[in-house]
Amino acid sequence: MNINMTLIGQSIAFAIFVWFCIKYVWPPISQALHERQKKIAEGLDAASRASRDLELAQEQADQTLRESKEQASEILEQANKRANQMIEEARGQARAEGDRIIAGARAEVEQEVNRAKEELRTQVASLAILGAERVLESSIDEKAHRKLLDELAAEL
Amino acid sequence: MAGNNPTPTEYIRHHLQNLTLGNHPENGWSLAHSAEEAREMGFWAIHLDTMGWSIAMGTLFICLFRKAGKAATTGVPGTLQNMVEMVFEFIENLTRSTFHGKNPIIAPLALTLFVWILLMNSLKVIPVDYFPELFARLGVDYMKIVPTTDPNATMGMAIGVFCLIIYYSLKVKGVGGFAKELSFTPFNTWLLVPFNLLLELISLLVKPLSLGLRLFGNMFAGEVIFILIALLPFWAIWLLDVPWAIFHILVVTLQAFIFTVLSVVYLSAAHEHH
Repeated sequence: MNINMTLIGQSIAFAIFVWFCIKYVWPPISQALHERQKKIAEGLDAASRASRDLELAQEQADQTLRESKEQASEILEQANKRANQMIEEARGQARAEGDRIIAGARAEVEQEVNRAKEELRTQVASLAILGAERVLESSIDEKAHRKLLDELAAEL
Repeated sequence: MAGNNPTPTEYIRHHLQNLTLGNHPENGWSLAHSAEEAREMGFWAIHLDTMGWSIAMGTLFICLFRKAGKAATTGVPGTLQNMVEMVFEFIENLTRSTFHGKNPIIAPLALTLFVWILLMNSLKVIPVDYFPELFARLGVDYMKIVPTTDPNATMGMAIGVFCLIIYYSLKVKGVGGFAKELSFTPFNTWLLVPFNLLLELISLLVKPLSLGLRLFGNMFAGEVIFILIALLPFWAIWLLDVPWAIFHILVVTLQAFIFTVLSVVYLSAAHEHH
């Protein structure tokens, strides 16, 4: 256990190791640790942000769903109303059409009746003249009695 | 055991003798073959085992931490990296809580001291006969593998720390400021300057002594006990050896820790203005 040059040797070794540690050992570890710390902090931050985003998105989705439901019921209601309206319109139209057809038919019938009456009137005149000719068995002045007979026919 | 049936005294002496290379007055530069020869070499000698093992441990520290540091990613750390990072953060917290200045040197210094001393101390749990016996077979007379049981090693480190204390005292306070601090504390009066100076110089010089000798004393005492236990009959050794070794896991860590903390505290004081 003599004090000798080992003392100096050990001091030199100490200095070299400390220098080496300062230069080559400490910085990479320190850097890696700080980077990891930063990364973890960022990760935690991102996680909390994501959960907040999720909450927000859920809320938004809920709102959208509610809105769309409202919209859907509104549309349905409108459609129902429109359908009723259309049915009503169609009904009205049909009724009008029917009325028109009935009126047309009625006019036609009347026209037909009038024409038949006219025809009958002309025929009645000639028949009456023929009848009167036969009855009287004599020739009657057609021109003189025509007027009389026409008057008679008009009374039909 | 070296030699044929050594007496307990010889055995203990042999295990406490460093492998010394030095300038012997008669033999010139050679390895010492006895404690007397080693003593005769005086200051111009070097303990090859102390230097070799301490440099080996220092290199192991540098390699381990360098490897972990280079491989360090921001991803999930492996086992080695985890361990290195644990030690790293332990030292970083220690420095941050103890050292109140701004000096990027202190933390790496503390890390080096702690791990290096821890590794050197840990060599102690290797059974005391393994390496001396192995080297004896290889023709080497002495082999004391725990560098911290050599006062040269512990005082060498303490002197390194002492130099830093002086350097930072002068750098931070200036020559005048440092001289003033030595002269006017603890008693701030002209009358007591010589007394203050004496007190402060002693307390300054005691710092490296207390650092180096505390570590040396603890380790050396533990080593002597291990050697004494090794003198017991082989079947009884484990009875005492195992508890003592387990106890030394604590001592080894504690002494490394104390050396580191005290160095940081001393350096912190060197940075403080009064």
